Amino acid sequence: MADSGSEDIAVIGNTDLTPSESENNLKNTMVEKGTSLLKRMEISVAEAEKRTGKNAVNMQETYTVYLIETRPVDAASEGTNPVPDSLWRRYSEFELLRNYLLVTYPFVVVPPLPEKRAEFVWHKLSADNMDPDFVERRRVGLENFLLRVASHPVLSSDKIFYSFLTEENGWKETVFETGFQAKADSRLKALNATFRVKNPDKRFAEMKHYGDELQSVISQLLRVRARAADRLYGVYKVHGNYGRVFSEWSAIEKEMGDGLQSAGHHMDAYAASVDDILEEEEHYADQLKEYLFYADALRAVCRKHELTQYELEMAAQDLTSKKQQREELATGTVRTFSLKGMTSKLFGQETPEQREAKLKMLETQIEEGEELVKERNEECDEFVKSAWVDIERFKEQKDHDLREALISYAIMQISMCKKGIQVWNNAKECFSKM
Amino acid sequence: MSAGTPRSLASSGQKSIQDICHPLSAEESALSRSPDVLNPSGAGEKDLSLPNGTPVDTSSPASSSSLLNRLQLDDDLDGETRDLFVTVDDPKKHVSTMETYITYRVCTKTTRTEFDLPEYSVRRRYQDFDWLRNKLEESQPTHLIPPLPEKFVMKGVVDRFSEEFVETRRKALDKFLKRVADHPVLSFNEHFNAFLSAKDLNKRQGLALLTKMGESVKYVTGGYKLRGRPIEFAAMGDYLDVFTQKLGTIDRIAQRIIKEQSEFLMELREYGPVYSSWSSFEEELHDPLEGVAGCVSNCSSALDELTEDMSEDFLPVLREYVLYIESMKNVLKKRDQVQAEYETKLEAVVFREDKKTPVPTDVEKCQDRVECFNADLKADWDRWQNNKRQDFRQLLTGMADKNIQYYEKCLAAWESLIPLLQDKQEARGETN
Repeated sequence: MADSGSEDIAVIGNTDLTPSESENNLKNTMVEKGTSLLKRMEISVAEAEKRTGKNAVNMQETYTVYLIETRPVDAASEGTNPVPDSLWRRYSEFELLRNYLLVTYPFVVVPPLPEKRAEFVWHKLSADNMDPDFVERRRVGLENFLLRVASHPVLSSDKIFYSFLTEENGWKETVFETGFQAKADSRLKALNATFRVKNPDKRFAEMKHYGDELQSVISQLLRVRARAADRLYGVYKVHGNYGRVFSEWSAIEKEMGDGLQSAGHHMDAYAASVDDILEEEEHYADQLKEYLFYADALRAVCRKHELTQYELEMAAQDLTSKKQQREELATGTVRTFSLKGMTSKLFGQETPEQREAKLKMLETQIEEGEELVKERNEECDEFVKSAWVDIERFKEQKDHDLREALISYAIMQISMCKKGIQVWNNAKECFSKM
Repeated sequence: MSAGTPRSLASSGQKSIQDICHPLSAEESALSRSPDVLNPSGAGEKDLSLPNGTPVDTSSPASSSSLLNRLQLDDDLDGETRDLFVTVDDPKKHVSTMETYITYRVCTKTTRTEFDLPEYSVRRRYQDFDWLRNKLEESQPTHLIPPLPEKFVMKGVVDRFSEEFVETRRKALDKFLKRVADHPVLSFNEHFNAFLSAKDLNKRQGLALLTKMGESVKYVTGGYKLRGRPIEFAAMGDYLDVFTQKLGTIDRIAQRIIKEQSEFLMELREYGPVYSSWSSFEEELHDPLEGVAGCVSNCSSALDELTEDMSEDFLPVLREYVLYIESMKNVLKKRDQVQAEYETKLEAVVFREDKKTPVPTDVEKCQDRVECFNADLKADWDRWQNNKRQDFRQLLTGMADKNIQYYEKCLAAWESLIPLLQDKQEARGETN
């Protein structure tokens, strides 16, 4: 009971979680305050709407759009309270935005989107994408995503993100103009290819390992929780059968009748109370899910670091081999068995002019290679620096968020226990009057 | 059912035969030791203090508190003064080369003059209870005899010597004797007296009564339809039918809940450790996650207790009532038989004598029997209804209590977790 628990909850402050406040809570707890865009702008995903239209291949489809409202903070504080700017976006546009961010800021642990399809649900919960509860939870999740991006020290100042919030038309075209798609494709290929870094950065290797562990433990947790929710639902709902049988039984009793009948009502109430309980718990599951996906984002950063490192190592290797070739040409010795050595043996020595030209070409290639290695080195250093800053930021955010999530979970359990005690006390009173 | 393996009872196992007292030798009989006695506090208990002034032994609080419980219920018994107290406790396992069985101690305290001593303590086994019930049924055919717990248990499914099984049976046997002891007629039955006080039960006497009962059975089995079954007895039958049905439903619901709870428990037992394994690779979150794991584990134990209580305390009482209803139905049937016998005889007389001669004494006797039966049955019915009300009040409030206790334990666990989750955070906030 929210009322009866108010004293306890007062101590806990803003972690008090009732369903209606959970949204505000998200704003308060999940997003660090005091960062650039959020300081200037209020952002919310106000509502969701179902639409039907033609898709690219001219097929009829039903989809959901979400209303993004933005309002300058100054205006609100001045009390003018203007009507917020608003525009509709589809989930696929959110996905596009996130992909753009992923490619453009490889060193950032990009906030995840809420799940596309409901996962880890207990059986009573609909897995249908059009289910109102699912749409509502996704609305909250998308808003959370926007707030996270808007409060991120790097992402919040991105222009494409800003126009996502403010320009209804032409946004997609602007995104594609950045050419991120081409970059994304080549990156994707590189990332999918198996490669092995020679000198992995220990910190990143550990972080990647952590990401793996986090992902596996959270998904295990979500799986078991969904099963436990199923069972809890069963326990409560079966009690509802007492309601019916007590009421039927009361019909044949004289003195006991009234007590039985009203106890039956309390059993009905007990059975019904589980719906709210599990709905609230779903919010906790969503918080965990966000970190399940965050774990993936973390691993992506580590993977990209590996790729950068790999590119550096490849460039360095290339340079070394070029230098070796030059040395071979200059001294005329072949240290290792090579195709070149073979051809020169088969087809006789090259003319000095040819050798000269080759040496010259190698010189320029080495120069370029040195330049490239230097560049890659800088790139890599830069990546490590900024990625580590963001990972540190992420760790702090994660510790804070998850602690908050655990607190609100505990509060939820407390309220469930209090409800249970109350219902059973009511029932007990009825029984004792029999 | 509880997940734990049944603990086996303290057994007299390897002891030599001489060491084991014969169950019926009543070795522990009156005054050999001062058994647990309640503190005289209620009406009619002054006489219960031991004759030689031995101080009251309170070494066994469980049984004395159960006696006290009974006293509190006295108010409900419509002013009947209780002067016979019986308890069944202290089950013991006896192992001999021939058989293995359990005996229970039956303690009696009474002021009744029918008993030579104010206190008895004897050991009886299930067979003896069964003998007593048969004797009561034979000698008091017009009365409702309370049920015994079921004799047959599926071998292999239930361990007859597990502590849980023995305790459940002990409770049911205790209930049975208390019901008989509280009955104004049955409690004066000579067999009951012998059962409570005799060193050795002579179980062979009096098989003749059985054949006597068989006599009236034929009036019903012959397809005879009662003419005028009084409406109240018909109503009793209807009531019992509906009540049996409802009890069956409640039993099924309770079993289903226990099943759901055990499955929930299994999930919880998997759920908690996931938090533990998560905590193992977190720094800042190590303690909070470990705390949640501990909390879930506490809730699991509370749930385990709840489930165990429900299957050990709740279900057996329901089942006993199903048997009780059966006994009641039997009595109703016997009453019908007696009435049928009377009606048949009366009809024959009326048909033969053409109403000229007075009704023969044989038929008149039959009529008396019917009336006696009716009166006894009505009294027993009211008594049964009263008992039932009390028992179900107790049973259902008990169920509510168990659930409240469960939630209170969980509540305490989660509430104690909150400071752990918060303190660290505040401390961190200060240092930052």
